[in-house]
Amino acid sequence: MELWPLDNYWAHFGLFAVIIIVFVLMGVMAYIYVERRAFGPFQLRWGPNRAGPFGILQPVADAIKVLLKEDIVPNKADKWVHWLAPVVVFLPILMILAVVPFHEGHGLVPDLNVGILYVVAISALGVVGIFMAGWASNNKYSLISAMRAIAAMISYEIPLVLSIIGVVLITGSLSMNDIVAGHTIPFFLLTPLGFLIFLLSAMSEINRGPFDLMEADSEIVAGFHIEYSGMKFAMFYLAEYGHALVMSAIAAILFFRGWEGPGSEYIGVLWFLVKTLFIFVVLIWMRVTFPRLRIDQLMAFAWKFLFPLALINLLVVGAEVVALEEIPWWVLFVNFAVAFVLILLWSKFFKLGGGRVEVKV
Amino acid sequence: MEVKTEPFILNMGPQHPSTHGVFRMRVTFDGEVVVDMEPIFGYLHRGIEKLAETRTYAQFIPLTDRLFYLASMAQNHPYVLAVEKLADIPVPERAEYLRVIMDELMRISSHLMAVGFFTNDLGCSVFTPLLYMYREREKILDLFEMVCGQRLTYNYMRVGGLSQDVPQEFMPALKRFVAEMPGFIDEYDQLLAENEILLARTKGVGILPRELAINASASGPVLRASGVKWDIRKADPYSVYDRFDFDIPTGEVGDNYDRYRVRIEEMRQSLRILNQAIEQLPEGEVRAKVPHLLRPPAGEAYGRIETPQGELGFYLVSDNSIAPYRLHVRAPSLINLTALRDMVVGWKLADAIATFGSIDICVAEVDR
Repeated sequence: MELWPLDNYWAHFGLFAVIIIVFVLMGVMAYIYVERRAFGPFQLRWGPNRAGPFGILQPVADAIKVLLKEDIVPNKADKWVHWLAPVVVFLPILMILAVVPFHEGHGLVPDLNVGILYVVAISALGVVGIFMAGWASNNKYSLISAMRAIAAMISYEIPLVLSIIGVVLITGSLSMNDIVAGHTIPFFLLTPLGFLIFLLSAMSEINRGPFDLMEADSEIVAGFHIEYSGMKFAMFYLAEYGHALVMSAIAAILFFRGWEGPGSEYIGVLWFLVKTLFIFVVLIWMRVTFPRLRIDQLMAFAWKFLFPLALINLLVVGAEVVALEEIPWWVLFVNFAVAFVLILLWSKFFKLGGGRVEVKV
Repeated sequence: MEVKTEPFILNMGPQHPSTHGVFRMRVTFDGEVVVDMEPIFGYLHRGIEKLAETRTYAQFIPLTDRLFYLASMAQNHPYVLAVEKLADIPVPERAEYLRVIMDELMRISSHLMAVGFFTNDLGCSVFTPLLYMYREREKILDLFEMVCGQRLTYNYMRVGGLSQDVPQEFMPALKRFVAEMPGFIDEYDQLLAENEILLARTKGVGILPRELAINASASGPVLRASGVKWDIRKADPYSVYDRFDFDIPTGEVGDNYDRYRVRIEEMRQSLRILNQAIEQLPEGEVRAKVPHLLRPPAGEAYGRIETPQGELGFYLVSDNSIAPYRLHVRAPSLINLTALRDMVVGWKLADAIATFGSIDICVAEVDR
């Protein structure tokens, strides 16, 4: 496979830069639409169904509304940081998508040999923007939210990486093309525990579902973006769903064989999109069902539950890789049994979070 | 190593999504831990007690609707009870039964809202449980709309009875509702009470000890969740409550989970009462002959009932004129709220919000 399929480097760069930006914008719009539509049946209502057929233009209407809003900067805010934060939050999404192959060998950087490592490194950058926003807004709710964001991100990065390493061990490569090629059976079946840990940590990373502590609208109102309006707020909104898009795309590549699927190889991109969307629907389901965790419970869940399980998962996968020349399909049953027993054990002896703190009044 | 931290004060409210109106908590935090909490009331003070002095006895009934507006039907009842005591007006039996039916329907509706908003405060922030609760509440509101044409502020009860008899289609609809409601309550209970996150967030959190609950003069589900078997329907039966067979559910430790539990159980007990009331409902008048301009003899009276929130009492003083000389409302939400500080100190920010939500207040009633 040649490095620049379109011969000319600049033509390739220009084409894929446009593709990525369009993909992010369209993907986010699709996500917002799918989520709001899916919330309807979950909550015994219709969801948006007025703007366009089946409400399909609702994200467009939202975008127009948000663009027309006045941009307000608080009086005592740190103006430059306040201005820069939405950009810093949004940038990692584009940077990650630069190395995500939409099809075998098709991407801005088609085959980065340290692809997954790069993704992990860059995805941790978003929290810097969140902290900047929380700090610069000069609002106590934002600051609490920023602190929560830092704590959660740092904790959940570790099980996230450990669960990815399990996949890397089996395929023996950090390149995403090789990982997809290395799938004998989809990895969400081969390493179910790793997939679960990845999904849960990713949900915390992208600030969704029961882990949306840094937004927590019933406690700290909206958290870090409470003082943002207009286009800056739209950037945060875009970034939130963009992160979800990126994470589900990574999950589709790591655990669902990416673009591989039945049918002609030309519809590989379609398979990739369908799998990405499927993971997102799972995320929607969790978000709409569960109440939120408390901050100490969130940390306990990361360090006492996910972290040891990720280590054991890594140990089991590593042992299998060393002991067996090529991973046979029946390993799947071993891994399922291991996952089942471990989760059962931990849920029996694991207590979620602490209790009352004695305070001197 | 001890990290030196500095507490900071956060004003939660009056504009905050989880303060159920314009309630304000001035909370001192040490990181995420609540060190001190001061509830501040009065943003919705409308002087309802003073307004009563400028209105006739009948004219004040619509204002009682504006106290706890999610349970307006139950707010009418203690006021008319107090006036009836004051003027010594007998109430027809059919009206008494219909009042009980309305009170219990209101209790189910109000508890649905209490549990729904409680889960909302716990962080089901996309409203899913609440919207399920709304489905059942809609049916109750439809029933109320049949009897009085209103869906929020009913103004249905009158001194000496009710404004009108229930229409023909009311009883079949009520029977249908009572028959299908237990299934829905079981459904909610299964979905919520077996959710690990909900259990982790509510069990042992925000404990109101038994002694403190009694000393704070708490009432309603908040008191009963702390293990005190006190319900005015049994302790001081008004209307026709002594003719019904029902239990008083109580909690054990008085944490958020117990308050949730008690509300779910009370809905089941309300359905039991409704079933019996439908069976026993007599025919007849629904309104006694009462003069248009009531001039009760000089004196005082206190009417109290068990509303969904607790003991709601109206204390009336008459000087034999057409308007009350003085009216005082004993608002259960306000009195239940006084113990809030002891319940939340030492817990986290998220627990403070959840505990506050578990008390089930309405600022319109707290501030009056």
